[in-house]
Amino acid sequence: MSRAYRHNLNGSSLEPGTRQLEIEAVALRFGGVQALQNVSLDVCQGEIHAIIGPNGAGKTSLLNCISGLYRPQEGHIRLHRSDGPPHDLTRTRPSRVARLGVARAFQNIELFKHMTVLDNLMLGRHVHMKHSVWRSFLYYGPARRQEIAERQLVEEVIDFLEIQAVRHAHVGALPYGVQKRVEVGRALCLQPAVLLLDEPMAGMNTEEKEDMARFILDVNALAGVTVVLIEHDMEVVMDISERVSVLDFGRKITTGPPADVKTHPQVIEAYLGEEVS
Amino acid sequence: MATATGVYHTSYEADLALRKTRAEWIRLGLIVLLVVSAPFLLNPFWLTVANQIGIAIIGAVGLNILVGHTGLISLGHGAFLGVGAYTSAILVTRLEAPTLVAIGVAVAVTTVIGTFFGLPSLRLKGLYLAMATLAAQFILLFAFRNWDFITGGTDAIVVASPEIFGFTLRTDFHWYWVIFGVAALVVFAARNLFRTGLGRAFHAVRDQDIAAAVMGIHVGRQKLLAFAISSGLVGLAGAMTAHYRTIVTWERFTLDVSVLYLAMIIVGGLGSVAGAVYGATFMTVLPAAIQQLARNVRDTIPMLGREIPAIQLIVFGLVIVLFLLFEPRGLDRTWQRVKDYFRLWPFRY
Repeated sequence: MSRAYRHNLNGSSLEPGTRQLEIEAVALRFGGVQALQNVSLDVCQGEIHAIIGPNGAGKTSLLNCISGLYRPQEGHIRLHRSDGPPHDLTRTRPSRVARLGVARAFQNIELFKHMTVLDNLMLGRHVHMKHSVWRSFLYYGPARRQEIAERQLVEEVIDFLEIQAVRHAHVGALPYGVQKRVEVGRALCLQPAVLLLDEPMAGMNTEEKEDMARFILDVNALAGVTVVLIEHDMEVVMDISERVSVLDFGRKITTGPPADVKTHPQVIEAYLGEEVS
Repeated sequence: MATATGVYHTSYEADLALRKTRAEWIRLGLIVLLVVSAPFLLNPFWLTVANQIGIAIIGAVGLNILVGHTGLISLGHGAFLGVGAYTSAILVTRLEAPTLVAIGVAVAVTTVIGTFFGLPSLRLKGLYLAMATLAAQFILLFAFRNWDFITGGTDAIVVASPEIFGFTLRTDFHWYWVIFGVAALVVFAARNLFRTGLGRAFHAVRDQDIAAAVMGIHVGRQKLLAFAISSGLVGLAGAMTAHYRTIVTWERFTLDVSVLYLAMIIVGGLGSVAGAVYGATFMTVLPAAIQQLARNVRDTIPMLGREIPAIQLIVFGLVIVLFLLFEPRGLDRTWQRVKDYFRLWPFRY
């Protein structure tokens, strides 16, 4: 990565193109509801991988399994690293998953509403900081040095996402599109190995969507961060993703490049209704 | 750096500073001047009230870290105050421990007990947690009254005036400096806590605990840490009460006290260190002021003089209701509004 950014936002040191996230035969049930059934897919380092599917197909459930918020009854989700054996995320609590480098932006914005943009982004640095009660009480010395050191990276993310003007604003008072951007920023501050984005463009106008698409492409191209993306806007998905996986009723139909997925007969049947032309 | 057109920072240090403008420094100077000159100006009655305010500030700041900043309610803090007081008093009277050591151990013991009774917060929220901590209040009060072999039961423990570094703290005037010195340190430490990552994590748990977990915050550990810090500070307040009042009885640590401290932080402002200070001051001054007022008018309106306790209760309830209705974010918010008004004066906006 060149440009004026001094920090590498990518938290993974795997070679681009190698398998990073390995989802193997995951099954998730809520009582009688089968949310996910035998879902297997691989996400490679450095790609933008879109997960699409009709409403209720299990896309968000799959992300929640990766984040450790849901615990699937069957299957494994392995996060591969260059320095050691893979981690099974299905047996890991959410805070530990974040420490391993899986960052997440939610579908319905889950920012810390009473805090400023800066505080929200600084919370993205939480796992990289040391927290001692006594040093915090004392503030001057190590605690302040750490705040300032981490602030440098946060400011780069602020520059990157073009939210300088609202740095000190309370998040709850910001427009929807900016809040979405702040949430992506908070995930980026984690220096993620994998960035999970759950409908980052939902409810946005065309201009805001274009901005968000540009940010996602930049994060991926400049920093090399792997992006797993859920999105309903097919044009966006087909434009920016390298590979697309399609879920329907908790089952995976196919994975492949956008052009192949678009013409896959089962996808057309499940997702788009009937074939036109 | 403050300029005529606004605040302009050229370093992160300056951006993180607690006080950024000259007006803020002048205000701090005035407060220091007020606190330093108060003991020379106040009569004995109000000096005692001032000392009570100082202790209440320590306890209220502690409780606010849990309730206002982390979003966990506790109805057990009255009893935690008692744990601090009893521990310190017992250590001094039975084991003849030096006062400073006794207070230190009392803080440690209260921290452990508070954290233990905070364990339900790992599973419970809101009203359910309130019930669980209410249980702590009653269990601990039962221990104070019935474990004769440790606490002396319903008999009071009498503590001698403490000697610190060869200096005996006997009068309210002596105590004033100790209490306000400690209170100032506690307020400063709490302000610092909430401009570092640890304090931010408390706020994150309060605002959105699932998102906090996904950002890598161990929510359970954070909640227990909030209970630990909070009950530690309340234990400090309790231990200081024991040595200041030189007498410890279970009646001072009932549910009323838990509610009084909650009232302090609600009236002052939840989730604000300054708010806890305002609330502690207000809720301590209010009953004293009513008492003084009633004493002054005793001869003209005898009924008022007789009914002081009832009037105090009514006013206490009324104040809380009025605050919840008209200023739910407390005195801290009122102060912000006053500041905004004068910042923009003579314009409205």
